[in-house]
Amino acid sequence: MSGRLTVFRPRLFPRMEIPTALLANAIIAGLLLGGFYAAVSVGVSISFGMLDVVNIAHPAFIILGSYIAYIVNDRLGFDPIVVSLALSPLFFLLGTAIYRVYYLCFERRGQESLRGLAFFFGILFITEVALVLVFGVDYRMVSTRYSDVTWRAGEVDFPMRLVVPFLVSMAMVVGVQLLLTRTFFGRAVLAVAQDQLALRLMGVNPVRVKELAFGLSIATAGVAGAFLIVIQPVQPAIGREFIGLAFAVCVLGGMGSIWGTLLGAFVLGIAESFTSTFFGPSWAPAVSFGLLLATLAFKPSGLLGR
Amino acid sequence: MPGRSFPPVLGRALGALAIAFGLTCAALAQQPLKIGFGMSLTGPLAGNGKAALIAMEIWRDDVNAKGGILGRNVEFVYYDDQTSPATVPGIYTKLLDVDKVDLVVSGYGTNVIAPAMPIMMQRNLTFMTLFGLNVNSKFKYDRYFQIMPAGPDPAIGWSQGFFEVAMSLNPKPRTVAIVGADAEYPAMALEGARAHIKRLGLKVVYDKTYPPNTVDYSPIVRAIQATNPEIVFVASYPPDSAGIVRAANEVGLKTRIFGGGLVGPQFAALKTQLGPLLNGVVNYEFYAPDLGKKFPFLDQFLAKYQARAAKEGVDPLGFYLPPYAYAMMQVLEQAIKATGGLDQAKLAEHIHESEFDTFVGKVRFAANGEWASSRVMMTQYSGISGNDVEQFKKPGHITVLYPSEYKTGSVKAPYHENRK
Repeated sequence: MSGRLTVFRPRLFPRMEIPTALLANAIIAGLLLGGFYAAVSVGVSISFGMLDVVNIAHPAFIILGSYIAYIVNDRLGFDPIVVSLALSPLFFLLGTAIYRVYYLCFERRGQESLRGLAFFFGILFITEVALVLVFGVDYRMVSTRYSDVTWRAGEVDFPMRLVVPFLVSMAMVVGVQLLLTRTFFGRAVLAVAQDQLALRLMGVNPVRVKELAFGLSIATAGVAGAFLIVIQPVQPAIGREFIGLAFAVCVLGGMGSIWGTLLGAFVLGIAESFTSTFFGPSWAPAVSFGLLLATLAFKPSGLLGR
Repeated sequence: MPGRSFPPVLGRALGALAIAFGLTCAALAQQPLKIGFGMSLTGPLAGNGKAALIAMEIWRDDVNAKGGILGRNVEFVYYDDQTSPATVPGIYTKLLDVDKVDLVVSGYGTNVIAPAMPIMMQRNLTFMTLFGLNVNSKFKYDRYFQIMPAGPDPAIGWSQGFFEVAMSLNPKPRTVAIVGADAEYPAMALEGARAHIKRLGLKVVYDKTYPPNTVDYSPIVRAIQATNPEIVFVASYPPDSAGIVRAANEVGLKTRIFGGGLVGPQFAALKTQLGPLLNGVVNYEFYAPDLGKKFPFLDQFLAKYQARAAKEGVDPLGFYLPPYAYAMMQVLEQAIKATGGLDQAKLAEHIHESEFDTFVGKVRFAANGEWASSRVMMTQYSGISGNDVEQFKKPGHITVLYPSEYKTGSVKAPYHENRK
């Protein structure tokens, strides 16, 4: 693959020769990975960035989505992503119910900071243990028609197990952005993020708006769960690995900015892919979080934050 | 002159004492022999922990059906260690001080064995352990024993077969790439691989590690491919193993021999999920159905295990860990019977000196408590079609390449021509 290919010489490092195919594949792999990261993080961007709800249980709902997609795929053979989209209203309702409990028990009493955090920690662990009890502890993975298919354009690979989640993720992120910017509900959510009192004075119940918006964030988690199980095997505790990533993408992109979340996800995805390809994969987290720190140092509100 | 006789009161008292002593002895004989341990029943390694527990319970039931050990029924006292090293000292302290168990054994894996070691050493307990990797290299405890067949130097023994198989190719390979996760097992396996590479004079063209939470492995496999290695040795945990094997297929990795230390394909979950993607991969296993005749009692055990595993949602094949969990308990059983008691020093001494006949074959321990010689089998997957688990229960899909006494076929190379 390397010897007979054209090479790219960066201007800054003229002696460095990078095979063009390796470079192109690194970019594509980074974008595809970024698409998945965007799906994982968009819900956090809504709950944490807009609603000020530190939902650290978000990955637990992702894993729940993975397992539901798995069980339907295993028993009925339906595509896991189609299943997750079809069941997203249920996740939405689950999210609204959880927010209602959170509001009544913590937010209304002004105890959301620490006790609310403990509440979501509790949900994280309860979900994990419930999944262990119901599904066992083995790794689970789904089989789809496209899982083992790779398209090749010249020397560039497009593995379908990443491409399909990427495309659906893009549609989901754009859909969320349109919903938030082009509808009354969306503008109400953005208003909640800015000034709840003003919203109340305009006759809108901010709690109801937050409830619906939280439901939306959990619905995206369910869909992201289907992406995850298409990409890699899952077991109940694997969600914990995505807590840091989801919040990092959200902060890097800019709190409450959906486009920012998308950009942040692409930045981290491409950084990870480039580091893995050219420097050594163990440096990937350091480079990603180094980028996050650098961004926060020079632009504390994030890439597209206000 | 009539002989002096005991006063009647004293006689009655002695009689009562004798009866009480007899009753106590009888009661002791009836008391169960309590074996305590922590086991990962939740957390990332719970799949293996539950499988090991099933195997140990099968052993317990088998032993009790035959009248127990030294006339005492065996009883387990165990707690979920949550795959968390932090819980382990508390669990073993409770087992010993509150539950008053007679013996302790370990849970599954290095990360829960190591934190139990100081307690075992403080109390001079004989400690049979399950699949710890080189734990005793630091502690050097003479009452530590480990049942995984990695040999006296696990780092070396783990990848020995892989490099022996690789060097049997004609012409001999000259370049090698090694990659593994930033975690305990892969670090050990890579260390051993580097020792073999140095010994064999191979040229390293890629030697890198990756973070365990990596999602996409294709950039790593592409970077490896760019170096054109003839051998690719991988040391990975189950999710990474799946990712790397998938990436190797997606990228179209071209190399002569690929695999070695992938954890995961030993279990039904990954075997069935990866299915034909495993074809051509050379990887370690501890058992293959082709070896049925070499281990005549294992079939009976696997039949019992597979029936229970199906109900409890754990590895339905049970080739990897469960037979060794059973064997660990067999070693302990034979040592107790041979020494006639629970004296920890005598138990340890006997285990050091003896050879044990177990379901996984003859087991003898080296001075450091590891197996006296490595029996990590290097195998190659072939002819796998579809994702049906039943095919893996039958001979023909896992060819044993190493060691020679268990060899059932020769390696097929290069990897990319045997991939599908």
